[in-house]
Amino acid sequence: MAKEKQLVQTAVKVKKSKEDKIFDFFLYTIATIIIIIMLYPMYFIIIASISSPTDVSAGNVMFYPKEINFRAYAQLFEYTQLWTGYKNTIIYAVLGTIFSLIFNIPAAYALSRKDLFGRKFFTIFYLVPMFFTGGLIPTYMVVKDLGLLDTLWVMVIPFSVVTYYIIVARTFFVNSIPDDLREAAQLDGCGNLSYFFKIVLPLSKAVISVIALWTAVGQWNSYFNALIYLRDSELIPLQLVLRNILVSNQTISNMLTGAAATEAREMADLIKYAVIVVSSAPIMCMYPFVQKYFNQGVMLGSVKG
Amino acid sequence: MAEKKNAAVQPNKVSAWTRLKRSGTLYLLILPSFIVMLVFTYYPMYGVTIAFKDFTPAMGITNSPWAGLKYFKQYFNSYQFGTTIKNTLVISIYSIVVTFPLPIALALMCNQMKALKFKKIFQVTTYLPHFISTVVMCGMILLFLSPSQGIIAQLTGLFGYKLPNLMGSAGAFPSIYVWTEVWQHVGWDSILYIAALSSVDPSLYEAATMDGASKWQKMIHIDIPMLLPTATIMFILRAGSVMSIGFEKVYLLQNTLNSSTSEIISTYVYKMGLVSSQYSLSAAIGLFNNIVNLILLLSVNYISNKMSETSLV
Repeated sequence: MAKEKQLVQTAVKVKKSKEDKIFDFFLYTIATIIIIIMLYPMYFIIIASISSPTDVSAGNVMFYPKEINFRAYAQLFEYTQLWTGYKNTIIYAVLGTIFSLIFNIPAAYALSRKDLFGRKFFTIFYLVPMFFTGGLIPTYMVVKDLGLLDTLWVMVIPFSVVTYYIIVARTFFVNSIPDDLREAAQLDGCGNLSYFFKIVLPLSKAVISVIALWTAVGQWNSYFNALIYLRDSELIPLQLVLRNILVSNQTISNMLTGAAATEAREMADLIKYAVIVVSSAPIMCMYPFVQKYFNQGVMLGSVKG
Repeated sequence: MAEKKNAAVQPNKVSAWTRLKRSGTLYLLILPSFIVMLVFTYYPMYGVTIAFKDFTPAMGITNSPWAGLKYFKQYFNSYQFGTTIKNTLVISIYSIVVTFPLPIALALMCNQMKALKFKKIFQVTTYLPHFISTVVMCGMILLFLSPSQGIIAQLTGLFGYKLPNLMGSAGAFPSIYVWTEVWQHVGWDSILYIAALSSVDPSLYEAATMDGASKWQKMIHIDIPMLLPTATIMFILRAGSVMSIGFEKVYLLQNTLNSSTSEIISTYVYKMGLVSSQYSLSAAIGLFNNIVNLILLLSVNYISNKMSETSLV
């Protein structure tokens, strides 16, 4: 269809009215300004992280790096907490994604079946938490009573049933897996479970990858659960380490020994720029490859259940 | 509609028991998530009773004595009551006013771009900031807005303007919050609308062009009406959550200098509960907020139900 649309548009393009030319001029000018506003902050962080700290704080670095060096990065390599955080985040992202799929996808499928007895009840059961929850303190106490505080599990199990994901997946199943398919399979003696695992799942790669991505990115970004449920410094994820460096200004003291006070402060800022690059680069580099799935996801999510 | 069709296909009514038996294996698929939700979402709901009790961890939820509405009253009478509600509403309404229409505008722009390569670059760059984590985003805001060494102060310095310490001024907080939110998410939030626009029947544009409509007219008379249903749903969702701003970003950007405009309900709940250990008070505030949210969402949904066919539940 996209191609068809394009064809129509090229056919139409023959003559451009003056009005349309003005329109295009404003359109592309504004769009270019937006692109610059979007890119400049990210570009600045990169050039700042490889410039000399004195130049950055004196305001000499604006459009291109000065006295390129990688000292900030070298110091980061010795900061073990950052790498522990990295490792933990990867573990949480992988396990969290697995659990999220185990919990959300089968439930969504069952809810997509119109012949599920009690469908209305279950739908409401999953919808209610979208609107009402016990709140922070009661949830904290349940987690605590179950002995999950300061464990890996609190990061990957309790909050992995997400109603929104279930709705999205359910909508996908309703719209994309034809009922006739199941009727045919049932005639051939295929039960509910084997139908789900052998036929539905292989046909649902799109929605599975979307939910996996959402969960993984969510894990990558989240720090709230870690802030509340984790105390052990061996367990804390990357974002919490980043918070300590970037927001709480926890100085990486052993990294700055021997330096004069101003220089140490300038270096601390430089390390912040480097930390931002090191912690954001992986997900940004991955992004072009998975963009397709993200876009797909937004569209899946947009279909009303 | 689909359900009606289904009902028509099976006119003979099957007994509840047979239907239950037939669904048997489907329950197995629901079971894991059902249990997790029961334990971690529904069970804590019973814990909201601590909002009505003098809760101490030593006594536990059941044994703590009832306190009635004491903690609600304490919150309603405290000086933080007005502040937290006002701040939450100011930030939230400001956010909606700015971040709701902008993605739509971006999608409309995107839809009009015929230079495909440029369009691609435009889309990729506007999505990109979405992948910056909240913590890093806040780190960037703090670095950029630093009055002495931040890049923004240096850029405005080029034009001879000395940037005040924005992070230290209470008045600037809502704007900082909202406009950085725009920078980070405007592109991403537009995807939905771009998708909605891409499903518009091309013959509509064709017909409009035949009739001599300009790009601007096509945008106003085709694109915008086409986006309305999607926009309505998005608006309901946003309006329903007007009292619940994400805790994470506000908490990270908060400091003692700007707390008079940055203390919102969720940060206050956190501080009361887990920092000051006033569990019952914290739970009472949380519950109050929750109920307000629920009422808001239901009423917005009700209104939109009355007004149009578009609704959530």
